[in-house]
Amino acid sequence: MNTTISLRQRLAARGIDGITLLLAPAVAFVLALFVYPFFYGLMLSFAPKTGGWLANYATFFSDSYLYDTIWTTLWVSVPVTLFNLVIAVPIAFRVRLMSNPRLLTGILVLPITLGTVLVAEGLLNYLGPQGWFNRTLLLFHIIDKPVRLVHNYWGVFASLLITGFPFTFLLTLSYVTGIDPALEQAAATLGARASQRFRTIFLPLLAPGLAITFCLSFVQAFSVFPSAVVLGDPAGSTRVISIAAYQAAFEQYDYPMASTIAMIMGFTQLAIVVLVLAARGFFYRGATSGGKG
Amino acid sequence: MIRDTTIGAKLWATAVWVIVGFFLLNLFAMVATVIVSSFSTRWLRSWLPSGLTTNWYASAWAEFQLNQILVVTFQVAFTVVLISAILGVTAAYALARRDFPGKPIVMLLFLLPLMVPPITYGIPLATVLYQSGLGGTFWGVVLANLVPTVPFVILIMIPFIEQIDPKIEAAARVFGANTWKLFFYVLLPLLMPGILASLLIVLVRTLAMFELTFFVSGPSSQTLVVALYYAVFAAGVRAIQSIDAMAVIYMVTTLIWLLIALRFINPTQLVTRVKRG
Repeated sequence: MNTTISLRQRLAARGIDGITLLLAPAVAFVLALFVYPFFYGLMLSFAPKTGGWLANYATFFSDSYLYDTIWTTLWVSVPVTLFNLVIAVPIAFRVRLMSNPRLLTGILVLPITLGTVLVAEGLLNYLGPQGWFNRTLLLFHIIDKPVRLVHNYWGVFASLLITGFPFTFLLTLSYVTGIDPALEQAAATLGARASQRFRTIFLPLLAPGLAITFCLSFVQAFSVFPSAVVLGDPAGSTRVISIAAYQAAFEQYDYPMASTIAMIMGFTQLAIVVLVLAARGFFYRGATSGGKG
Repeated sequence: MIRDTTIGAKLWATAVWVIVGFFLLNLFAMVATVIVSSFSTRWLRSWLPSGLTTNWYASAWAEFQLNQILVVTFQVAFTVVLISAILGVTAAYALARRDFPGKPIVMLLFLLPLMVPPITYGIPLATVLYQSGLGGTFWGVVLANLVPTVPFVILIMIPFIEQIDPKIEAAARVFGANTWKLFFYVLLPLLMPGILASLLIVLVRTLAMFELTFFVSGPSSQTLVVALYYAVFAAGVRAIQSIDAMAVIYMVTTLIWLLIALRFINPTQLVTRVKRG
């Protein structure tokens, strides 16, 4: 009895007791439904239907119809993520100055409720040759004949912009509002103009937050799927990697190949995230709020 | 707060508001397109439809068996909310209150499902679920949707719990509260705003989660967003107005929950909290 009590006390001293055990169900859940399937998929990708253990990877990287999906996905997701970030920063700075930002924030967050499928469907009507967008441009003689904005790259770009912007904006706004206004006031007192304050005060302080925002927004854009099918050109210019993975899994029923593509997708995205977070190391890291914290 | 009064600063501010206006204008026009179309008798090659009708709602309701789909959607969403609350809040409490060896690894474990795109783990997960016989069933859809929501609740709840002074819990203990009483009478009321906020976001996310549901749902376990995709994908067979009516039903459903969520949380404070002077 004595030994068990002392074991319990020794564990408690290291932070392991009944409360810590509350973690067990959630950890077991993530292990069973995330870690296990992930490693199962990884193993499956090394067990192709035909050929040696690396045959699926060899197929992927030698078949340009499959391999090019990586570039297509990056070509769709990187520009739109950067664009979202670049417009989110000045808007967040404006919203920061507002006395009641709740309404505008609410409206800007609204597209979250629309869902990717509705946005795709709506843009199909709105940006189509007979849609209001083209009609308005024709009315004001900005264009002579309807511009093609759907079933190509721009359709997917527009949908990622609408569904991605609210999320990018929210994160950017919370980083921007997290910077102590006193830092800016100090700079203004010393005579720094707005552009100087932005470059020398805000940008270095914001860089780590913007890097994280880029990563999280990029993760969403990189896995673009329904809008690439509905709004894009799923056989050509917007044949993104998730379409290739879906086709392998649910059209050809080649689960090893589908897992291979899923793994390549995961690692490509991880590589970009690591790259961005490594670049973050070049910037200032530290408190963004004043001394009293 | 500093107000710049130079011409350049004013021009810049105007430019930013013009961009915001342009974005919102197009957004509302797009949503309006869907709403107008869902009420139109016929809408081809003109600014406005030739007539208005509410028939499409009735036909969409019947055609897409929306009764069944809405029941499934809410059964899935509320089951996901309930389970992610139980798993997430308990785990967040342990992580907020205890330091133990290996804690960073556990934190990483909960971060990863949020950093990896749903498709990457969704395809192997669907394979595993189909092998275990859960693929295509109600519980398969629930389990798949829980993968991102449990970590999400944990990460949102940790700062909420950390804000509660442990001395309050100690005081309750001194007055003889056992763990259950402590939880129900002290912790739960204090945590309620945080729990409600995170669960409403989980609800909205689950209603919108396309990929995971798409991969594991069968004919009887489709949620609204997946049914909507099939309707759009098979366009041409069905009237566009009928699909638009369904899209409006989806939008209204999620919008109600998001508006409730916004009453409880200030979205600008998700990452950092600074009191403004």
